[in-house]
Amino acid sequence: MSVLNSKIPAGPLADKWKNHKNSIRLVNPANKRSIDVIVVGTGLAGASAAASLAEMGYKVKAFCFQDSPRRAHSIAAQGGINAAKNYRNDGDSVHRLFYDTIKGGDYRSREANVHRLAEVSVNIIDQCVAQGVPFAREYGGLLDNRSFGGVQVSRTFYAKGQTGQQLLLGAYSALSRQVSAGQVKMYHRHEMLDVVMVDGKARGIIARNLVTGELERHSAHAVLLCTGGYGNVFFLSTNAMGSNVTATWKAHRKGAYFANPCFTQIHPTCIPVSGDYQSKLTLMSESLRNDGRIWVPQKQNDQRRPVDIPEEERDYYLERRYPAFGNLVPRDVASRAAKERCDAGYGVGQSKMAVYLDYASAIQRYGTLEANKMGESQPSVQRITELGTQVVASKYGNLFEMYAKITGDNPYETPMRIYPAVHYTMGGLWVDYNLMSNLPGLFVLGEANFSDHGANRLGASALMQGLADGYFVVPYTLGDYLADDIQTGNISTQHPAFDEAEGAVQEQISRIMNIKGSKSVDFFHKALGKIMWDKCGMARSEEGLKQAISEIQALRTEFYAQVRVPGSASEMNPELEKAIRVADFLELGELMCYDALNRNESCGGHFREEYQTEDGEALRDDTDFAYVAAWEYGQGNSPILHKEDLNFENVKPSTRSYK
Amino acid sequence: MSGKTKTGLIKSSIGKKVFMGLTGLFLCLFLAGHLAGNLQLLLPAEVARDQFNAYAKFMTTNPAVKLLSYLTYFSILFHAVDGLYLAWQNKQARPQAYYKKDDAANAGWASRNMAVLGTLLLVFIVIHMKSFWYEMHFGNVPVYASIEHGELKDLYTLTTTAFTEWWYVLIYVLSMGAVGFHLWHGFGSGFKSLGISHPVYTPLLNGFGKGFAVVVSVLFAILPVYLFLTSLN
Amino acid sequence: MRLNLKIWRQKGPKANGKMVDYTLNEVNPEMSFLEMMDVLNQQLVDEGDEPVAFDHDCREGICGMCSMFINGRAHGPMTGTTTCQLHMRHFNDGDTIVIEPWRASAFPVIKDLMVDRSAFDRVIQAGGYISVNTGSAPDANSLPIPKQNADMAFDAATCIGCGACVATCKNASAMLFVGAKVSQLSLLPQGQPEREERAIRMVEQMDKEGFGNCTNTGACEVECPKGISIENIARLNREYLRAKVVQK
Repeated sequence: MSVLNSKIPAGPLADKWKNHKNSIRLVNPANKRSIDVIVVGTGLAGASAAASLAEMGYKVKAFCFQDSPRRAHSIAAQGGINAAKNYRNDGDSVHRLFYDTIKGGDYRSREANVHRLAEVSVNIIDQCVAQGVPFAREYGGLLDNRSFGGVQVSRTFYAKGQTGQQLLLGAYSALSRQVSAGQVKMYHRHEMLDVVMVDGKARGIIARNLVTGELERHSAHAVLLCTGGYGNVFFLSTNAMGSNVTATWKAHRKGAYFANPCFTQIHPTCIPVSGDYQSKLTLMSESLRNDGRIWVPQKQNDQRRPVDIPEEERDYYLERRYPAFGNLVPRDVASRAAKERCDAGYGVGQSKMAVYLDYASAIQRYGTLEANKMGESQPSVQRITELGTQVVASKYGNLFEMYAKITGDNPYETPMRIYPAVHYTMGGLWVDYNLMSNLPGLFVLGEANFSDHGANRLGASALMQGLADGYFVVPYTLGDYLADDIQTGNISTQHPAFDEAEGAVQEQISRIMNIKGSKSVDFFHKALGKIMWDKCGMARSEEGLKQAISEIQALRTEFYAQVRVPGSASEMNPELEKAIRVADFLELGELMCYDALNRNESCGGHFREEYQTEDGEALRDDTDFAYVAAWEYGQGNSPILHKEDLNFENVKPSTRSYK
Repeated sequence: MSGKTKTGLIKSSIGKKVFMGLTGLFLCLFLAGHLAGNLQLLLPAEVARDQFNAYAKFMTTNPAVKLLSYLTYFSILFHAVDGLYLAWQNKQARPQAYYKKDDAANAGWASRNMAVLGTLLLVFIVIHMKSFWYEMHFGNVPVYASIEHGELKDLYTLTTTAFTEWWYVLIYVLSMGAVGFHLWHGFGSGFKSLGISHPVYTPLLNGFGKGFAVVVSVLFAILPVYLFLTSLN
Repeated sequence: MRLNLKIWRQKGPKANGKMVDYTLNEVNPEMSFLEMMDVLNQQLVDEGDEPVAFDHDCREGICGMCSMFINGRAHGPMTGTTTCQLHMRHFNDGDTIVIEPWRASAFPVIKDLMVDRSAFDRVIQAGGYISVNTGSAPDANSLPIPKQNADMAFDAATCIGCGACVATCKNASAMLFVGAKVSQLSLLPQGQPEREERAIRMVEQMDKEGFGNCTNTGACEVECPKGISIENIARLNREYLRAKVVQK
């Protein structure tokens, strides 16, 4: 075990980033022209980084596996993006955003990183508005805000339920501008299958052209992985079907440390699973908890229709357990509370694995307000419902529509059924303050790194982090690293390291193609997902995790004996793409279990059944586990743990209480 | 964005559409005028003959009208050539047709058949101009001396005679159907192509366009039928 | 329920394709259309055949990747719905469903139901952006924008770039796609400096890609899964004309 150097600058917290920016090295414009940078992934982090670096003069090559950079799954983020603008005058500040994020993350993130994130949050909003992102506005023409889970101020900027889409299209437009300027060469339908290390530095990648199946070598002076999270290890998640861990996992196999892999976020408000054929889960924005009330019947196995259950026979369990935050407790808390009720037999719907998210009282409340505004003195119940429905539709219309499309139910009339689902992964490749992994020249941005959210991410913070990393952090810190490379010149793709990496990729593809077994890739992915969800999901135990590890090992063996990938490797072959990704998930899943097993405490999204208080709240252990668990890839299922101690100099870790 | 672009308006897809709209809407004006003139045919024969022929003389000799008529010829030709070229381009844009396409699900019949309707109208215009315009200008239309207007070419008799043939009437009636459908979509579409749209006025304009299409085509169609029926007596 | 499928199969970009018949016996009405396709592909893999290649990613109606022409309509029979959000409860037992790729010369088929929509990217690269470098933006609230304009810009900006407008248009025209982007940026004060240049460049690129011409049939508006208004096409015409007139 070694000590990891996080390279956090000295000085007072609030000055660290400023001082660091002033002291790091720069690359002059003429030299930037002779430096290549590879950016893998074109979501918020990747597109913003590629665009910003290209604007500065670097020659950028950007890669995405989708048919266009605009498809990256950042696009699906609904609710909003946080920024400490304090436009509401409600007491928000950079410090408060910093504090909320540290606390929300259950004291498992780096103070310096989180503070920097809060600082640059304000620049992000400015940047996006200048790009033409149409955020919601008030009648006066100024930006509107709403509140989100885990905080008591309104600091979330939004564009209806499509904030991620608008921000991504903003970054995509900046990227497109650089493509047309010739500063970025865009490679779409390309999947990175390995990182190439030349003399100890990340100097390129091997990518597969998904249309032709050809393997390509691309060299650069630095490689940025902006490839998102690994939630699809659970098969069912709110991630896109193509979201995968392959890029970061290949880097991990080349020596990059994987930090806190067990920190996964289970989002409380998703549409429940309806059958075996289910391919993905759909999130209902957390913003719905602003106005919706969550409940289950007080009676177990209550068969009545929800509207027939009288008020006094309902259990608004979040309001009961957490009176201060009520339905707006952080995600991890809300998810566990839903699981607790369902496990105890109070669940609703056919599967009994769902709770109600009810808008009836919000409709009544808004309807009454609206009637008052319109001067209607004695409105009928019908009139109130009509007016209230209009207000709710204007706020959440697209989400309600989506719910109706998927379930066939009308959420204006009957409560929505929701259940937690895998949504985000706080863990990721370990990076230092400069967002560089322990492999020199390999930078990791956005959800792909582990850095800012600790053990639980607050709502509307993922967009903030992705854009902060890409627009405002890496453009500075990358220069510091590249300052050594101004004389290096082109990196040749004929270097033996490229031969070796390409050979290994070729070999893996051949191996998978030649198994010609009898089971589909999805069979293995689903089996892995079930193991992960049951044993490394919302609640984990030592016994379950140990079982999971041996089950995953057996599944992996079966995969390499039984998987069937039709077609050939020299053409567009979606089954092959999936197989390569699932092969990596089968290794990652095991590491997640090791990590969860190692962390003998409950914190944030990581809940170990052995470590809970009497009333079922998470029991954190700051004495023994206030560290980042960074795992080095170990041959033969023996990952090696490295620790980075977390020092809290500005906030004192306390038990999170939302009561 | 840097560097200027200097493509001519007409080379662009939008430019071509703008000219379609301009010429089309101008031809709508022309139709209104033409219709007003033709309605004189509904007058009692004894009045109509002189009045209509005098009107025809005015229309063929007045310099201002002449100018307008050149503009009309140009518009018709341009509208036809441009329209056919656009239709050809549109064909190129989808070389492989769908196995199954439910066109009626999302667009009106008229809007989907503008090129066919337009081609029919072009054929009609050729027939129509041969029968009357050509005869009037270059043919041997008998000349007679009217009391009020002096010497007049007897276009009236030419016209009324022409519509004694049932098949000729039928061609006209069907063609006016094509005019109606063409205008049903074309009127509103022309304004859109010119970039004119407004949340309140556009729906009104579209409604007017549809009314215009019906009124113009029906009134035009009534004339040959009327003349045919009167010829039976 | 039991379904008969007629699906376009095409091995590669240059290969000849044809419609192939398949039968699925156990389709659950709660499935999404793409989950039904997953079941078909599972069946094909089990039988040793090659699964049907189709584009899809987020499966929640926002990434714009799914792109099937179902029973003669882009994204199938429901309006305001992408293929991934279309559910089998809208079909009946015994139905025959015809599934084809988007058809347009600007969207060449890659394989089976997959098409290449990079023409859209090139149109955006031609000018679908505001030239602002990172770090040079003024405070976000320094420039108030009338809510009405902001809302209209937002409505135009919800385009997911799926290509349904092109696929359904009888002329394979991309005017709704281009109109939406030009509208969004021309409605915002930030978009003004490049307003003319943008309209001209984007239209030029659109024409270069081989999309057809708009004949205002309105089909695009009906089939757009995000309900983007054809009003944006009129605005594009206006912006383009205006640009041609004022451009120096």
